[in-house]
Amino acid sequence: MFESIQFSSFGDFVEMGGYAFNVWSVYALFLLFFFINLYFPMLKRKQIMREKKRRLLVNREKVSIGSKLSNNEMDKNDS
Amino acid sequence: MWLWFSKLGSPKWFYELSGKWLPWLAAGMSLLLIVGIIWALLFVPPDYQQGDTIRIMYVHVPFASISLAFFPLMAVAGTITLVWRMKLADMVAKTVAPLGAWFTALALASGSIWGSDIWGTWWIWDGRLTSMLLQFFLLVGVISLRSALEDADAAAKACALLSIVGCINVFVIKYSVDWWNTLHQPSGSFSLSDEAPNPPEVWVPLVIMIVAVYLFFVVSLILSTRNEILERERRSQWVQELIEAN
Repeated sequence: MFESIQFSSFGDFVEMGGYAFNVWSVYALFLLFFFINLYFPMLKRKQIMREKKRRLLVNREKVSIGSKLSNNEMDKNDS
Repeated sequence: MWLWFSKLGSPKWFYELSGKWLPWLAAGMSLLLIVGIIWALLFVPPDYQQGDTIRIMYVHVPFASISLAFFPLMAVAGTITLVWRMKLADMVAKTVAPLGAWFTALALASGSIWGSDIWGTWWIWDGRLTSMLLQFFLLVGVISLRSALEDADAAAKACALLSIVGCINVFVIKYSVDWWNTLHQPSGSFSLSDEAPNPPEVWVPLVIMIVAVYLFFVVSLILSTRNEILERERRSQWVQELIEAN
């Protein structure tokens, strides 16, 4: 069941028996797809966390100094 | 059983549990992927007809086989949404659609690159290829349907219905190679014998890659679903506390 390495040299390995383009482009697509699919959800999570945290802090500030502000200024803060 | 069911539907419970599982799933996925790719690229003997392009199979088959799971998965989640109105089910359904479109696209692209040399053509309107392309468009349809409807509740219901109907195409994809005998070969069989057309040194790395890609799907699904939970549950106490602690 366990075969030895199928290529005699590194050049052979890169050449892939004449199918270098087909084999390597599929594996490159796969790896690209793999990293994109893991990276973007993680990036999005960071953005969500940052954005929500900012909103939380802004809201808290508004509550603590709310009594000093006029209604007009509160509306400006909302946007 | 019912307690378990209602717990499973709670986004908070899912968020916490998936957080615990994620490192293990990611570790298993990475290990299998490294072993699988090295095995497929270096140790699998070249096919007597296809030569080294056989190595494309170790990417194409896992992606193509998991592509059959998307519509049934969305249909089950959609049914749960329609019948029990479980919030988590719709979040999963929403994240499966774009992921599924990407996986289907990669199955199509890798098959096309494989075929360009072995069949001598990049594309042919063969039953398997056409039904797979249809699945890609159906998934794009589900995504645009959700973004087109402003009312989130109505969008969830419409997507659930489309997902259930879309399952018909999965049968077409599955049996297309038996119904229309054109270019795409039927699925092979696994055998332990060394004389079989698919000996273990060919299919064992394939099984490793299939499990690795399934884990990859689960990991990316969990990552996106957790983001969706944070977005939709942002007003709840536990998300507020979580953000504050972060």
